[in-house]
Amino acid sequence: MSVVKRFLLIVCLVLPGQLQAAAVVGEVAPELSLPEVVGEETISLSSLRGKVVYVDFWAAWCGPCRVSFPQLQLLRDDLGEKGFEVLAISVDEQASDARAFLEEVPVTYPVVHDGEGVTPAVYGVLGMPTGYLIDREGVVRDIHQGYRKSDGEKLRAKIVTLLGEE
Amino acid sequence: MTVKTAAAGLVLVLLCGCETVQPWERGLLAKEGMQWTPDIMDARLRSQIYASKEASSGGAGAAGGGCGCN
Repeated sequence: MSVVKRFLLIVCLVLPGQLQAAAVVGEVAPELSLPEVVGEETISLSSLRGKVVYVDFWAAWCGPCRVSFPQLQLLRDDLGEKGFEVLAISVDEQASDARAFLEEVPVTYPVVHDGEGVTPAVYGVLGMPTGYLIDREGVVRDIHQGYRKSDGEKLRAKIVTLLGEE
Repeated sequence: MTVKTAAAGLVLVLLCGCETVQPWERGLLAKEGMQWTPDIMDARLRSQIYASKEASSGGAGAAGGGCGCN
């Protein structure tokens, strides 16, 4: 077997495992539809079209997520009327873990659950938490990995810019 | 050559079975059942007593005397 053929064999065997669809800046965010953590409703991303949406992948065991929640709530309180919404997706295996977290850190924005890990795989989440800032047209405009206290103001500036776009 | 190629192919196929822990699955690693020891404090205490009784402190990787007092 020639070197080229061997290389192609390796590529064919290994690559399928590495290739994953992912949300990319500048492209339309993949659709998702998930049940609420607290409540009976199913919320889809397309139902929020027309708003600037921050899709936040988080987990109850994730420390920085605990920092991000109050700040995202504040952003939503301040900018909600202008058309900003947060859609938090809990990737906890058990929804009960997410519920316990929400009792400690309550928020009023929608929180949905994906215990199977389907949506984070589709979005290509690389760390916890990861946020996708999506504009009114449903296009991913920014990807935010991790979360520090100082990130709130930077995020606010980006959201305000997107809210100002027609 | 054929055997070598077949072996290389087999290794590659087996490697494809290796799973990566995804970022959203890391909560599983934090579970109690995934720890080396069920109780870290208990494990350290036992290790100290063991080192003391055997007068062999350092055997488990830590420096120190064998009196069990440190």
